[in-house]
Amino acid sequence: MSVADPFPPTPAVPHTALRAALDTAARVWLDEAAATITAEPAAIRRLFPAARRRCGRARLTEHWTVDEAARAVLLTALPRTGPALADEVTLLHRHGDPAEQRAVLRTLPLLDLGELALPVVRDALRGNDTTLIEAALGPYATAHLPDAEYRQAVLKCVFYEIPLDRVHGVHTRADRELARMLAAFAQERIAAGRDVPQDIRPVVRAFPDVISEAPAAVEKQLKSDLKEQI
Amino acid sequence: MRIFDPHIHMTSRTTDDYEAMHAAGVRAVVEPAFWLGQPRTSPESFYDYFDALLGWEPYRAAQFGIQHYCTIALNPKEANDPRCTPVLDELDRYLAKDRVVAVGEIGYDSMTPEEDEALARQLQLAVEHGLPALVHTPHRDKTAGTRRTLDVVRESGIAPELVVLDHLNELTVGMVLDSGCWAGFSVYPKTKMSEDRMIEILKEFGTARVLVNSAADWGRSDPLKTRRTADAMLAAGFDDDRVDTVMWRNPVAFYGQSGRLELDPCPDEPGRDEDATFQGNSIRRGGA
Repeated sequence: MSVADPFPPTPAVPHTALRAALDTAARVWLDEAAATITAEPAAIRRLFPAARRRCGRARLTEHWTVDEAARAVLLTALPRTGPALADEVTLLHRHGDPAEQRAVLRTLPLLDLGELALPVVRDALRGNDTTLIEAALGPYATAHLPDAEYRQAVLKCVFYEIPLDRVHGVHTRADRELARMLAAFAQERIAAGRDVPQDIRPVVRAFPDVISEAPAAVEKQLKSDLKEQI
Repeated sequence: MRIFDPHIHMTSRTTDDYEAMHAAGVRAVVEPAFWLGQPRTSPESFYDYFDALLGWEPYRAAQFGIQHYCTIALNPKEANDPRCTPVLDELDRYLAKDRVVAVGEIGYDSMTPEEDEALARQLQLAVEHGLPALVHTPHRDKTAGTRRTLDVVRESGIAPELVVLDHLNELTVGMVLDSGCWAGFSVYPKTKMSEDRMIEILKEFGTARVLVNSAADWGRSDPLKTRRTADAMLAAGFDDDRVDTVMWRNPVAFYGQSGRLELDPCPDEPGRDEDATFQGNSIRRGGA
C-alpha cells in the first residue's frame, strides 16, 4: 500500500442525532422494536421492513439516513453472534428491498461478523443499482474484501460514475495493480474520444511508475491538471 | 398534465417507453405482479420477480423522473399450478415492503377451485396488512366472472372502497360501481377497452371511483394510452379538473389507502428520486 493513512473510522450509530430527528411516536416505536428484537430475535423479520415508514427517510449524517440508522439500531439489538447473526443478516438482505439492503450494508462494520458477511457484499456488488454498490463499499468491504475483488469494485464505480470520494478506503486500499487498471481504462476512454473521469487521477498518480509506463497520451492526460493545480 | 398510470407492467418495457411516458406527463406508476407470458415453474422465480418489482424497476423508473410502486400477489393463472402455490406462504414478507401499495393482481382466470382458494386467501392478506386489492377480471366469460368476483369480495369482509376490479367493459362497469368497489379500465390498441368507448363510459357513469390504465405489458399494448385517453376526454368536452381527477387524483386516492404512497407532488426533472441522490448529486448508471 502506498498511502500510510489508517482506515477512516467506522461510523457508529448516531444515537443522539437519530433521537433528535424522530418524533415521539417514532422514538417510542423504535425503542419498543429494539426491545422486542432483544427478547424475540425473529421479530426483526417483520419490524425491519416497517422501520422506514415508522421513522422516516431524511438524511441524518454523511454516512446515515434516518431509516438506515433506525435499522442499524434494530440490527445491533439482535442478541446473536457469529454464524447465527450472519444467517439472520443474510436473510434480511436476501429478502430486503433496496432501502433495507442499504441499511444492512451500512451496518455491517458495526456487527461482529468477521468475514461471514462477504457474500452479502458480493451480492450487492454484482448488481447494477449504484446506491447498493456505494453502500457495499464501506468500512466492512475495506477491511475484508480480497484485493482482486476490491479492485474490480472500484473499477465498476468508475464505470458507473460513482464518485470515488464516496468509496470508503479507496486511497488506503489502492495498489499498483488498481492504478494499472485505471490507467488502462483512461487509455480506452482517450482512444474512444471520451472524457477521463477526474477522480481516477490521484489514485493513479500515487504510482508514478504506472504513469511512466503508460502511452504518452495517457501520461499527458493523467498529469495534465496536476500542472494546472500547482 | 400529470398522469398516474395505476396499472402498467414496466419490466416488459424499454427505456424509450419511460422517456415517452415522461414526455407525455406520466409521473407515477403502479406495476402489479402478474404472469410473464412464459409460465413459471417454481416459487423462486416469483421471488426474483418480486425483488425486481421492488428494486431494479423503481431504480430504472427514477432515472426517467417516474415514481414506481407495485402490487404483490400470486396471479390467478399460476395459482392453478401446484408448483407455484407455495408463493402464497411467503407473501407476508413482501406485503410488508414500503413500495407495495396493494395486493394484486388477484382474481379469476378460468374460475377453478384453486383460483377460488387463492383469491379468498389473498383478500384475507389484504385485510391483515391493511392494503387495497387489485382484482383482475377474467377475459373469458367476463360478466359471470365479475359477478362471481364481487360475491367473493363481499364474503371476504374487505371494505369495498379498498378494492378495484380491473379490465372492465360496458357490461361489467355498472355492477362494480353499484357494489362500492372501484372500476378499472385497461385501454388497449385492439382489445379490452378503447379511448372512444372509455369516453362514453365516463359520460354515462361519471369520474368517481374510476381508474384508467394502459396495462401495457409484453403483448400488443401502448404505454401512452393514459395520455391518449386524457386527450380524448378534453376533446369530448371534459375540463382539466375532471381529467386530473381520472388521471391523477383517483389513483392517488385509491392506492393512498395503503398509507405507503409518498409521492413528490409532480417532479419535472428526471432522477429526482431521493433514493438516487446524495447531497444533491444525481447518481446514474454510467454508459460505459
